[in-house]
Amino acid sequence: MSEHQIYTLHINGDEHQVKDAWIGESLLYVLRERLGLPGAKGACEQGECGSCTVVLDGDAVCSCLVLAASAVGSDIATVEGLSPDGSLTDVQQAFIDEGAVQCGFCTPGLIMAAHHLLDHNSSPSELEVKEALSGNICRCTGYGRIFAAVDKVVSVRQGASR
Amino acid sequence: MTVLIPNTLDEALAMLSDNPSADLLTGGTDMMVEVNFNHRKPSTVIALRRLTELQSWSIDKEQQRVTIGAGVPYAEMERGPLAETLPCLAEAARTVGSPQIRAAGTLGGNLGTCSPAGDGLPVLSALDATVHLLSPTGERQISFHDFMTGPKRNVRASDEIITAVSMNIPNGWQGYAKVGVRNAMVISVASACLVLDHSVSDTRMVRLALGSVGPTIIRCRETESWWNSVPSTQQTATATIDEFGSRAGDESRPIDDHRSTADYRRHAISVLSRRLLTRGTQS
Amino acid sequence: MSSVSTSTRQRDVLGTSALRPDGGAKVQGSFAFSSDLWAENMLWGATLRSPHPYARIISIDTTAAWKIAGVETIITHEDVPGQLTYGLISSDQPVFAKDFVRYMGEPVAAVAADHPETCRRALAAIVVEYEVLTPLTDAERALDPTTAPIHPDGNVIRELNIIRGDQKTTGPIVVEGTYELGIQDQAFLGTEAALAIADQDGQGVEVYVATQWLHEDQKQMAACLNLPVDKVRLTLSGVGGAFGAREDISLQVHCALLAMRTQRPIKMQYGREESFFGHVHRHPAKIWMRHHADKDGCIIRVESRMLLDGGAYASTSSAVLTNAATHAQGPYKCENATVSSFAVRTNNPPCGAMRGFGVVQACFAHESQMDKIAAAAGISPVDVRLRNAMKTGDLLITGQPVESVAPVERCIRETDALPMPEDLPATPDPLLLPGGSGRTADRQHIKRGVGWGVSIKNIMYSEGFDDYSTARATLQDGVVMLKFATSEVGQGFVTLAPQIARTVLGVDQVIVEPMDTSIGSAGSTSASRQTWMSGGAVDGACRLVRERLFEHVGRQHNIDPLRLAIDGTDIVDTMGHLRIPVSEATQGQKFEETFEYHHRPTEDLDENGQGNCHVAFAFVAHRAVVDVDTELGLVKVVQVATAQDIGVALNPLSVVGQIEGGIAQGLGLAVMEEIVVDNGRVRNPSFTDYLLPTALDAPVVVAAFVEEPDPQAPLGAKGVGEPPCISVTPAIVAAIRDATGKDLSRVPVRPYDICQ
Repeated sequence: MSEHQIYTLHINGDEHQVKDAWIGESLLYVLRERLGLPGAKGACEQGECGSCTVVLDGDAVCSCLVLAASAVGSDIATVEGLSPDGSLTDVQQAFIDEGAVQCGFCTPGLIMAAHHLLDHNSSPSELEVKEALSGNICRCTGYGRIFAAVDKVVSVRQGASR
Repeated sequence: MTVLIPNTLDEALAMLSDNPSADLLTGGTDMMVEVNFNHRKPSTVIALRRLTELQSWSIDKEQQRVTIGAGVPYAEMERGPLAETLPCLAEAARTVGSPQIRAAGTLGGNLGTCSPAGDGLPVLSALDATVHLLSPTGERQISFHDFMTGPKRNVRASDEIITAVSMNIPNGWQGYAKVGVRNAMVISVASACLVLDHSVSDTRMVRLALGSVGPTIIRCRETESWWNSVPSTQQTATATIDEFGSRAGDESRPIDDHRSTADYRRHAISVLSRRLLTRGTQS
Repeated sequence: MSSVSTSTRQRDVLGTSALRPDGGAKVQGSFAFSSDLWAENMLWGATLRSPHPYARIISIDTTAAWKIAGVETIITHEDVPGQLTYGLISSDQPVFAKDFVRYMGEPVAAVAADHPETCRRALAAIVVEYEVLTPLTDAERALDPTTAPIHPDGNVIRELNIIRGDQKTTGPIVVEGTYELGIQDQAFLGTEAALAIADQDGQGVEVYVATQWLHEDQKQMAACLNLPVDKVRLTLSGVGGAFGAREDISLQVHCALLAMRTQRPIKMQYGREESFFGHVHRHPAKIWMRHHADKDGCIIRVESRMLLDGGAYASTSSAVLTNAATHAQGPYKCENATVSSFAVRTNNPPCGAMRGFGVVQACFAHESQMDKIAAAAGISPVDVRLRNAMKTGDLLITGQPVESVAPVERCIRETDALPMPEDLPATPDPLLLPGGSGRTADRQHIKRGVGWGVSIKNIMYSEGFDDYSTARATLQDGVVMLKFATSEVGQGFVTLAPQIARTVLGVDQVIVEPMDTSIGSAGSTSASRQTWMSGGAVDGACRLVRERLFEHVGRQHNIDPLRLAIDGTDIVDTMGHLRIPVSEATQGQKFEETFEYHHRPTEDLDENGQGNCHVAFAFVAHRAVVDVDTELGLVKVVQVATAQDIGVALNPLSVVGQIEGGIAQGLGLAVMEEIVVDNGRVRNPSFTDYLLPTALDAPVVVAAFVEEPDPQAPLGAKGVGEPPCISVTPAIVAAIRDATGKDLSRVPVRPYDICQ
């Protein structure tokens, strides 16, 4: 693809055409500035904060480090895709209920990372939760309420499955 | 700027032939940082994301050899049979960046960049790994020791793609340790990979490689040969292990920078080397 | 007495852990931070910054930049229509550098163009000729009167002395030390961003921005833009954290000026690297302290010399200095004091407000000293603090009596009563050890240590400043609308304000209107003041509305309004049988009141630093447990226990959030956060090398609330934002000393400080 070619990205189950973009743009930039999906946030542009976390072909990655044009043909999931009709997932609700949201800038990235963790490990240990979230920086909460939110989801899901 | 997305390795090679100055992109964890900060403006990028040929690994039990595709993400090296076979690689992989970075970063990327702080590189050095390169004219294999020639310098030709690394499975203990200031997302201040191998001549031989303390990965050959010659009854004596550590420190060539001091890095290498050898000889 | 209310459901009133009203939008990613703003036909703005810490500007040539396709305008100091400088206390900081640049990163020009990439190219094409000068980077040299001034206002921003009591008295115990703190950054995640839209007649501008104080921004912007204040209309957009870094203006004037020049909306946004240069930081400090105590460890006199490096521009340095100096004694009785303190100007990064505001620096010094006193007296760190603990009525070294509730002893005892963490297991998971998955240590390499820190922190502004906050409450058809300009930066005022309205007015549905300059100032979201000040304003406005409501109901039912009260969601006659739901009583009615809450007056400090300069105080104790790899100098903070004097828990969940978050920031200062400056140059303006605590660095926090309602506070509650980050830092360092025996005197503690 060249400088200003149109390309298509598959996001949250839908096809999104990217037009008038400079080919070197990161997926984060394209999501936010081209496709009207500003849920992923940029706080460092170098993969050190996790605010831009999306799920790409099943992996939780930093979208600031993905060359958007190279993601053609991949499945991309963003925070907007979790609650398309406005009804919150259990993770999202737990974040609210447990006080895990203050300024909220890190929140979408954390929600994606938490969902990804629980999709792959339905009963993570305390350390597994911390390690899974260690790539997401939060400056406001000190993480305590975030852990509480994840724990809440795990125990509710386990209770529900019994 | 042009982005090319080959579907097969052959396609990728052809594209690279046509665009010898192209940047090769897999996980993006190095390149995209440079692009985001305008330190690099690639004119052509060949994205290798779809090349499944690069994304598999194999364990050859007969030959006692492992081959890992250049596109295998670090996350995949952290668990499963690959981790059980090469625990020092699994340990190093676990320290790379964050979970998000580990899902994207690859050994191919580490090798393409050849930063002395590349987390996987001391492992490749200690395991005497072979780097596999492919060009339109054929395959080439080169020892890691000859592949990396300096900070961010290697011998990859512009028409070559790194396809895999391979290494013998050592018969013995192997471990990795990395020092940084915080407890996650750690930029290496100093790192070390130690392997004890009984596979040659039944004698236990040590191999020690250091990261972030020199212009390239440092194999502590003098320290290794010294310890390998110490009578085996003495090898695990406290004084011997202490000396192993300080000799390793002496072989390191660290610098002062905004992350740490040369003195501390040398000291850290001594401590890590000593502790790794202690673990290895006690197991 | 009225009949019992039938409403037994839990309402989100004061005292409950009401949930954030913006939580839904935030978890869905639809909450609009300032960086999410967008407008039709907008251009991007970007700033050219000085690469040099100190240089004379010979010339600025924008010719080549103008020729780049897509560039709409370029501005420099020549284009500033009004005042060329701005500042929170003194207007000493240029909008754009004119003759000199005084810090690395100082703005020199700005461009507006069609794409951030075009902006970048345009900035690269601007040619600035500098005569590079030798930067002044040593704060001591800045104090020296023979050093050439780097600014017309001189190199000493402020000198403040506190002289009280016997200047010569001493005791059998004399301990001293020199303590240093490096530069900490607020590192809020949501970097600076704004959207500015100029009025078509060129006589005004609308700006959407993330800030801590809308009206102060407005005032400074109006002066620089040469506009009447009411023509600069600011609306608060979503704020991604602040912690003091948004108290000074950053891109506001630039963005507005570009908008007025191009007559198109301008979006400006800083990346992380630019953000490090775009806002003030916490003052690095060198503090010498000497305590004289009796044989029991009771303080007789404190001496201190404090030197704060304010960097290139004054910002709030003089107020930070007041806090540092007046808190030199800590939360302890002390009758005699000799304190000299200085805030100086250098070519280092400009410093100003950061959570804790000068008290962090003083606290590190006085808490380090308390442990030395304890050692000399042969008593424990807990006992020395209990023996000296302040009580209500005790005097500060400024002569001010502490009228606030002052449960220092309780904070210490309740912290002490919190359970200690368990020992490390015999074969711990690597993630539990310092070094984490780096596997640097085994169990036998680890030493555990325990340390203490206790602090006092002033709440609200000081030194005679008539601080106030404004709020309007409207009650109509059973719904309350609240209007205020209070900046919500994540701390939860948008949660608290409706709780107040629900409590006072008995209504459940409360709508918070957008925060903007169409109402009076709410003051800054800083100094732990908003719960008290803006809470007081909302409470005041709601009470006035309630008065109107009761007058109305009283007239309707021929009852003296003084007999009426709110019970749940009903209005009741306390001496009769009337009970009507508020919603019913307000059908077709509208009651609206605006209230301006002022705190009681404070005084200036005289030439001996004496005066009642603060409004109120809050107290907190911290106990830290750390595990240290003593050979490698790596630290894991295992647990922080704390009991904090909060007055009343108006929202327990929010309080816990502030405590845990503040502790993480204090931990960062203790062991990992520092802006590394070398000859005026910032070496680490990125998250790769400016390290913030991750989920694996956060300690277990065990917290107790000490609730003794403060009669001065409008809701009985003290601000809770700052205390959590203050004494936790010295507690962690004390714990590292305990584990290692090292006499550490600098934060952040680096590995080589511990092991070499």
